[in-house]
Amino acid sequence: MSALMSGLGPHAGFILASYGAVVLILGGLIMAILFDHRAQKRALAALEQRGAGRRSDRASS
Amino acid sequence: MASLIDFANPTRFMRLSGTLLPWMTGAAMLLLALGFYLAWFVAPADYQQGETIRIMFVHVPAAWLALMFYTMMAVSGLGTLVWRHPLADVAQKAAAPIGACFALICLLTGAFWGKPMWGTYWVWDARLTSVLVLFLIYLGIIALWRALDDSARAGRAVAILTLVGFVNVPIIKFSVDWWNTLHQPASVFRAGGPTIHPSMLWPLLILALGFTLLGLGLHLVAMRAEIMRRRVRTLTILEAERLDRLAAQALPV
Repeated sequence: MSALMSGLGPHAGFILASYGAVVLILGGLIMAILFDHRAQKRALAALEQRGAGRRSDRASS
Repeated sequence: MASLIDFANPTRFMRLSGTLLPWMTGAAMLLLALGFYLAWFVAPADYQQGETIRIMFVHVPAAWLALMFYTMMAVSGLGTLVWRHPLADVAQKAAAPIGACFALICLLTGAFWGKPMWGTYWVWDARLTSVLVLFLIYLGIIALWRALDDSARAGRAVAILTLVGFVNVPIIKFSVDWWNTLHQPASVFRAGGPTIHPSMLWPLLILALGFTLLGLGLHLVAMRAEIMRRRVRTLTILEAERLDRLAAQALPV
């Protein structure tokens, strides 16, 4: 770590902070989108398994 | 136009996006790996900025993508208001958080570059201020989506706000030409060609392409989630109606 810091010169902290921000923000965005996708997929599968929205149900209304 | 209408079918979109996604993700990972290798181990330190040039490799693509996603949202806004494209407001809603994240990355990395190079994290310069306004517009759009339950009404309201806010996009682009700014003028997309040395330009372009594919891939996943959310809402209502009917039949009159 100290070798990396010295290799990046006197402004290493600013460079690492920038890349840290990118990892945190994009990592958080990717996780949020993937979790949401998985949650919707599970909810849809559960509803379809119960037979919600079948044409026969709607036809009988 | 016929192909656009064909693509508007959510079932067809789900099938096509499901096929595209693994390829986009793979290509994005490869480009980002190559781009970061070139940016960190091949590109030299700048003669003036020194090693802080490494910040540019994430700052510039983030700025481009913040503008690109907003432009995509404005086109989707037109799709909602003018053509009533069934996927336009889905695309608009899915793009807003992604664009906001790239705008935030642009602002933060710009501040971390500004402190050692300009001596300050922030100045109320036309370029910096207009990008801050873009970020705030993104937040306003996300808030408006959450404030209205009816997705059709929310879609129309957000489309109007997005199109009004689009005036900020050319302001951001040309702010460095129209006003005296501390921020440097364009050095890649400019008349007369880029002013950056190829050893720095190539990693920048490869990373920009990699981040673009990553952003578009995330956009497709977010659109798929939104389509499923709307399907879940519809099915939940149908299920509730079915249970109501069953309950009414079971009750003696």
